[in-house]
Amino acid sequence: MTVLLALVTALLFACGSWLLMQRRLTRIIIGIGLLGHGANLLLVTSGGAGGRPPIVATDGSTDLATLADPLPQALALTAIVITFGVTALLLALGYRSWQITGDDMVEDDVEDRFLERRRTIDGPEAEIDDGDPITSELEVGDGA
Amino acid sequence: MIAAGVSTSTMQALVAVPIVLPLLGAGLSVVFGAWRGAQRAITLVVLASIVAVSVALLIEADSVGYIVQSSGGWAAPLGIALVVDRLSAIMLVVSASVLLVVAVYAIGQAGEERQRVSFHPLYLVLAAGVSASFITGDLFNLFVAFEMMLAASYVLITLGGRRDQIRSGMSYVVISLVASTLFISALALIYAATGTVNMADLAVRMAELPESVRTGFSLLLLVVFGIKAGLFPLFFWLPDSYPTAPGPVTAIFAGLLTKVGVYAIIRTQTLLVVPSDTMGTVLLWVAGLTMVVGVIGAIAQDDMKRILAFHIISQIGYMILGLGLFTVAGLAGAVFYVIHHIVVKTALFLVAGLVDRRAGSSRLSAVGGLVRSAPVIAGLFLVPALSLAGLPPFSGFLAKFALADAGIASGAWWIVAVSLAVGLFTLFSMTKIWAGVFWGEADEVPMRAPVIDGRLGSPMLMVIPTLVLAAMSVAFSIGAGSLYELSERAAHDLLDPSGYIAAVLGDGR
Repeated sequence: MTVLLALVTALLFACGSWLLMQRRLTRIIIGIGLLGHGANLLLVTSGGAGGRPPIVATDGSTDLATLADPLPQALALTAIVITFGVTALLLALGYRSWQITGDDMVEDDVEDRFLERRRTIDGPEAEIDDGDPITSELEVGDGA
Repeated sequence: MIAAGVSTSTMQALVAVPIVLPLLGAGLSVVFGAWRGAQRAITLVVLASIVAVSVALLIEADSVGYIVQSSGGWAAPLGIALVVDRLSAIMLVVSASVLLVVAVYAIGQAGEERQRVSFHPLYLVLAAGVSASFITGDLFNLFVAFEMMLAASYVLITLGGRRDQIRSGMSYVVISLVASTLFISALALIYAATGTVNMADLAVRMAELPESVRTGFSLLLLVVFGIKAGLFPLFFWLPDSYPTAPGPVTAIFAGLLTKVGVYAIIRTQTLLVVPSDTMGTVLLWVAGLTMVVGVIGAIAQDDMKRILAFHIISQIGYMILGLGLFTVAGLAGAVFYVIHHIVVKTALFLVAGLVDRRAGSSRLSAVGGLVRSAPVIAGLFLVPALSLAGLPPFSGFLAKFALADAGIASGAWWIVAVSLAVGLFTLFSMTKIWAGVFWGEADEVPMRAPVIDGRLGSPMLMVIPTLVLAAMSVAFSIGAGSLYELSERAAHDLLDPSGYIAAVLGDGR
């Protein structure tokens, strides 16, 4: 059971990280959501093996050794609430960004482009941005 | 140990005030949203009370050692413990004073504070989060405190809703959330290994774990808090996001938020894990790279706020240097450096706000000749700038001297050499700002029209807070002797956690 949960956590982390690397805001937000779920699941799993009764067992026993550890569950609840609130804020920010730019791509940094421009005017290093995968991807974002 | 002991119930009652009062104030501030005067009064009264309470806590903590309160009356390993020791108390006093001063500045500035109802409540929630991070003695509660602070900061940084704010705010929010996710994961792993989240209890149980596991945890926590503090190589978000926020907000973020991360690094690396040579070496390398990369990044910039933002990074390196030595002298230097840096950095960003308002831009190429047209602003820039660069007799010189002295005493010559070279480059950057903004002529036309009013060049309510912070940094160098001794006592406590553990868990364990 714990191994299964660990695998699910790993899967959530992997998908979340991949989505986080994308240039579309909606994907980034979903990625953050998946990462949050993964972390919360890990928190629950840290309480030990599943299947134990909470507070009182069906046969009435209150032996602490056989009961589920309530603390990680309480911590996970707190973390879920925080993740929920922040995801809502992220969605609002994403919507605002879409309102302003009409697109949900992440824009390039204005200051970086300014420095880049200054460098092209100033000196011979101008040819740096030829064929460089990073800068050519930046240019795609320029059109937005 | 200088003086160990637990404080009396009167002072214990005060421990929660810096967290609870701003939250209550934030609620009231929402209710009085329609009356700006009432909102301002609430903010100022709440923050002034926190300054008073923090000073009382500092005096008490310095005399008895530790003030512990178990919230809800649940004893330590089960309930959430609130702990004020010398380090927390120092941080509380400095952060509360800076928050109060910047609140006055925000009121004086015609900006977000006047346009948005939500500024004051958010500012108070931020204050509560910062105080909670310093006071809490529980690792999960530290996460909650961080989230409280960050949630307020997410909204403050994007308050204007402008295009550049949304763009850089988005990357700030996303990177902070990744850090938070890592923090939860670290908490889960630590809980699985030890079965507790109380920091004092963790200190005991971590010592029982194999060394490799402990090093793993301390590296994980270093990454989590390193993102918030802006350590190399996790700093990329910082210079992009800070400068776009409203002026006073940038000043608070620059002065306080990264230092909360540094505080968390110092606390966890000294209390939770026994300092080891491996971690010391890692920290020194990280410190050196952070210093160098931050200062070199600043050289390429053309905007005053961005130059200053890169300098935050390089200065963080100095604090980690002091921690990485793991000696009393090193940690005392680090604590002294944090105090000095909070005040000086906030003052510099407030000056950048003044320049921005007076000249219509903070870009070096669009501003010039302010030394003639606004000599007061020039004077206000000079004191914290020279202090940041580490020129005698300012507080920055004493802080750097303490660190260099500690480094030489530990035989870490190379890091001392790096830190001195970085100091030289810092001076270069400050000279560049001085030459670009205060001397010379503007090459470009600023995007906005400059605002010129009065002889001071800006409203009294913006100039006076900046003046107070500059005066505070001068006062630090005058009272450096007693301040350094206080930092030294705090460093003693940090390196000998047995007093902390005994105070929280009770001597009977």
